[in-house]
Amino acid sequence: MYRETDIVQDTSIEGDLIINVGPQHPSTHGVLHLVITLNGETIKKIEPHLGYIHRSIEKMCESLSYRQFIYVTSKMDYLSSHINNHGCALCIENGLQIEVPPRAQAIRVLMDELTRMASHQLWWGANAMDIGALTPFFHAFREREMINDIFEETCGTRLTMNYMVPGGVMADLHPNFQKRVKEFIPHFKSKIVEYDELLTDNIIFQNRTKGIGIISKEDAISYGCTGPVARGSGVYCDVRKLNPYEIYSQLKFDEIIETGGDCFARYMVRMREMKQSLSIIEQLIDVIPEGDFQAKTKAVLKLPKGEFYSQIETARGEFGVYIVSEGGTTPYRIKFRSPGFSNLSALDFMARGSKIGDLIAIMGSLDLVIPDIDR
Amino acid sequence: MPSLENIADIIHTWLNITFNSTTALLIELVIVAVSAIGLFSMLGLILIMMERKVSAYMQVRLGPNRVGPKGMFQTVADTLKLMVKEGMTPNGADKFLFNLAPFIVMIVAMVILAPLAFAKNFQLWDLNIGILFVASVSSVSVIGILMAGWASNNKYSLLGAMRSGAQIVSYELSAGLSIITIVILTGSLKISTIIQSQSDGWWIFKGHIPALIAFVIFIIAVTAETNRAPFDLAEAESELTAGFHTEYSGMKFALFFLAEYVNIFIVCVLGATLFLGGWMPLHFGTDTRFNELMDYIPSSLWLFGKTFFLIFIIMWFRWTFPRLRIDQLLNLEWKYLLPISMFNLLLTTLMAIMGWHF
Amino acid sequence: MTKEDLKIKLIELFPQFTTEIPSATIDESGTWLKMNISKEDFLNVVTQLKTNLSFHFDFLFCLTCIDWKTHLTMVYHFTSTTHRQPLVLQITLDREHPEIETVSSIWRTAEFHEREVYEMFGVNFLHHPDLRLLILPDGWENKRPMLKDFEDPINMIKL
Repeated sequence: MYRETDIVQDTSIEGDLIINVGPQHPSTHGVLHLVITLNGETIKKIEPHLGYIHRSIEKMCESLSYRQFIYVTSKMDYLSSHINNHGCALCIENGLQIEVPPRAQAIRVLMDELTRMASHQLWWGANAMDIGALTPFFHAFREREMINDIFEETCGTRLTMNYMVPGGVMADLHPNFQKRVKEFIPHFKSKIVEYDELLTDNIIFQNRTKGIGIISKEDAISYGCTGPVARGSGVYCDVRKLNPYEIYSQLKFDEIIETGGDCFARYMVRMREMKQSLSIIEQLIDVIPEGDFQAKTKAVLKLPKGEFYSQIETARGEFGVYIVSEGGTTPYRIKFRSPGFSNLSALDFMARGSKIGDLIAIMGSLDLVIPDIDR
Repeated sequence: MPSLENIADIIHTWLNITFNSTTALLIELVIVAVSAIGLFSMLGLILIMMERKVSAYMQVRLGPNRVGPKGMFQTVADTLKLMVKEGMTPNGADKFLFNLAPFIVMIVAMVILAPLAFAKNFQLWDLNIGILFVASVSSVSVIGILMAGWASNNKYSLLGAMRSGAQIVSYELSAGLSIITIVILTGSLKISTIIQSQSDGWWIFKGHIPALIAFVIFIIAVTAETNRAPFDLAEAESELTAGFHTEYSGMKFALFFLAEYVNIFIVCVLGATLFLGGWMPLHFGTDTRFNELMDYIPSSLWLFGKTFFLIFIIMWFRWTFPRLRIDQLLNLEWKYLLPISMFNLLLTTLMAIMGWHF
Repeated sequence: MTKEDLKIKLIELFPQFTTEIPSATIDESGTWLKMNISKEDFLNVVTQLKTNLSFHFDFLFCLTCIDWKTHLTMVYHFTSTTHRQPLVLQITLDREHPEIETVSSIWRTAEFHEREVYEMFGVNFLHHPDLRLLILPDGWENKRPMLKDFEDPINMIKL
């Protein structure tokens, strides 16, 4: 059905300026529509209008079988589609008590961490672009391209991979995988230093992000923020640490915590997370266990009657899958707890009283992916 | 050796022999107008191409490489596209002002061309207040931008125009003060005299530290005045989509675009004239062989070389730095640049009185 | 804190579980403890859960609704950033006129989640500060598209 754009007209009290940022706007990175009430350049209120890319994936999944619905979730948070698939697979395995073979677990972790890095790289470029530096975007894409090539070899696609299936992964790793990843590791190690030189240490960038969009620890928890947004405020919320899935409990990595609560803290969390992801990959790439890449499962999966919830750490935060099963071949009700939705709800709180330029910096630091919010 | 001066002389003499003096003058005016417009369109094409190639180089990509050899005619193709595109006027806009604004911006850029010296004795109008003329006329362009922002009936445009107004008015102070530094050292507002005074060395070398400070401030201030990143708040495409020219399309947009590049060119010519000796070749004290070698290079090449060097620096800024916020931008001007320029002015005056410079 | 500890503490605090005809039940079958309470107790219970420091459920990470064709069930997933033991809270609502108190004053993230449930399931959250459509376009008020009997011949293809 054709949707009329509900552009909000200027009907407010005298002196206020109402601006529609989006649905088409260079810095919303998608079709987010923010109605901003301004006083001069100062923001008085932000009201997100969502749903421009709402596909009702939850309703759609109710009519798809347990094997089918995973593929739809790739299209939610398209920047961490591996992790979305992984979360759904986890929930099904949780319900069916499937034991995933060790090789599949290692592959899944490798893919998740590569996805996290690719996602953070894109965010780094896009965040810099929001703040006005256009060059980092292309530098970030250079590295992201390498990861995408690795994905393409193994999974066949570059963006919506659909590689994780209940019981393991869809296919075995490509023979080149280890070689390509080993080429990527030293390359990225040298480039992440360049990232810091180009943007992190830039005085204008620091002025634009330090002390902007502050959210305290209590508020971050109350707004349900997860991922780098919450960790930038000092909340320990990394699902990989708190509720380890797959082989994360055997891996050595740090949960990155910054206490600033501002855009720069969130920026630093992601920058340091990339290094952690790289170290996880380094630990795993040489010791991928041999064996099956998929557990033996029935052709038609039927979850037992009950409710299942699984959590997973995506690049943006905690992604939750809540499946209510009636014992049939399709889920009775499915709910995706997307990290972006909760993070977005804190936007108004963070940006009130700051300038338009700050709003863009804050939005960049939240790393919003609109299909993930709208679902 | 054919230089711009000689060519101009030949044309002038020939015209005066063939026609009577009034007709000759009129024909000369037409030639000047045509070549000014020609220069502008050429500049637009070359600078946009240069910007795209510079940015491509900095962003590890190739840039335009399809139309013509190495993509050289890409900008020509783009211009062609803009020319045949419909120039729309939004419904709620003030039609007269909306259509007038790009022309004001463009005309202002063209008028500044008058007193600039492009080569030895090659100047349209060497008026005795040349620098003052440039400084005052260039401030008119803000009216065009405000007009565009206001007449568009678009809130983004309005915000962009307001930002631009605050920004240009503020940064004109610093730009003006750094120009005055050189005026004090030279003792003249006439551009030919300023260039002549640098025949034994450019002011950036002769003027010690004050000239250097003035040069740095001048570059920062003119970057801001031409609305270039990191001071491109008037456009700020990630915040205000396109700022004051959001609603413009087709040739009217192209005029804004062209004016931006022409303005960059003009301020860089000005910077080269004031600090880098204009068309004066590089001379080193008594090393006559070196000096003669330098003299052999045509004066126009010297000026364009210096100008394009400065343009490259300004482009380098754009592709490296993030954008400032509006309050930070004004803070930078009023809290740092302006006091420093004022102090610098004092220092220069002292230096000029005591004759400490070379 | 383990699941058993949480159960013991819950029973201590809320006498509803132990009365003759319990208005609330605790279900231990899932990964997490599940608590079914009545609509009348709801606000009192959640306030206790948030403010009582021995629970301190300060993080509401999922809020949704299930349509059971005969009734609706509101599902709240809480966890505590200090104790780290999640709790699932379920409240049964009337399907025709679902009404429940808002928790957006306790957990601010609930404001958006409740708006979503409002437009998708038509649950009326009492005392919600800004109960409007969030995702759906104008004109979709009271259409309740996530209900099982929702029909939309244009946008929905029956498999």
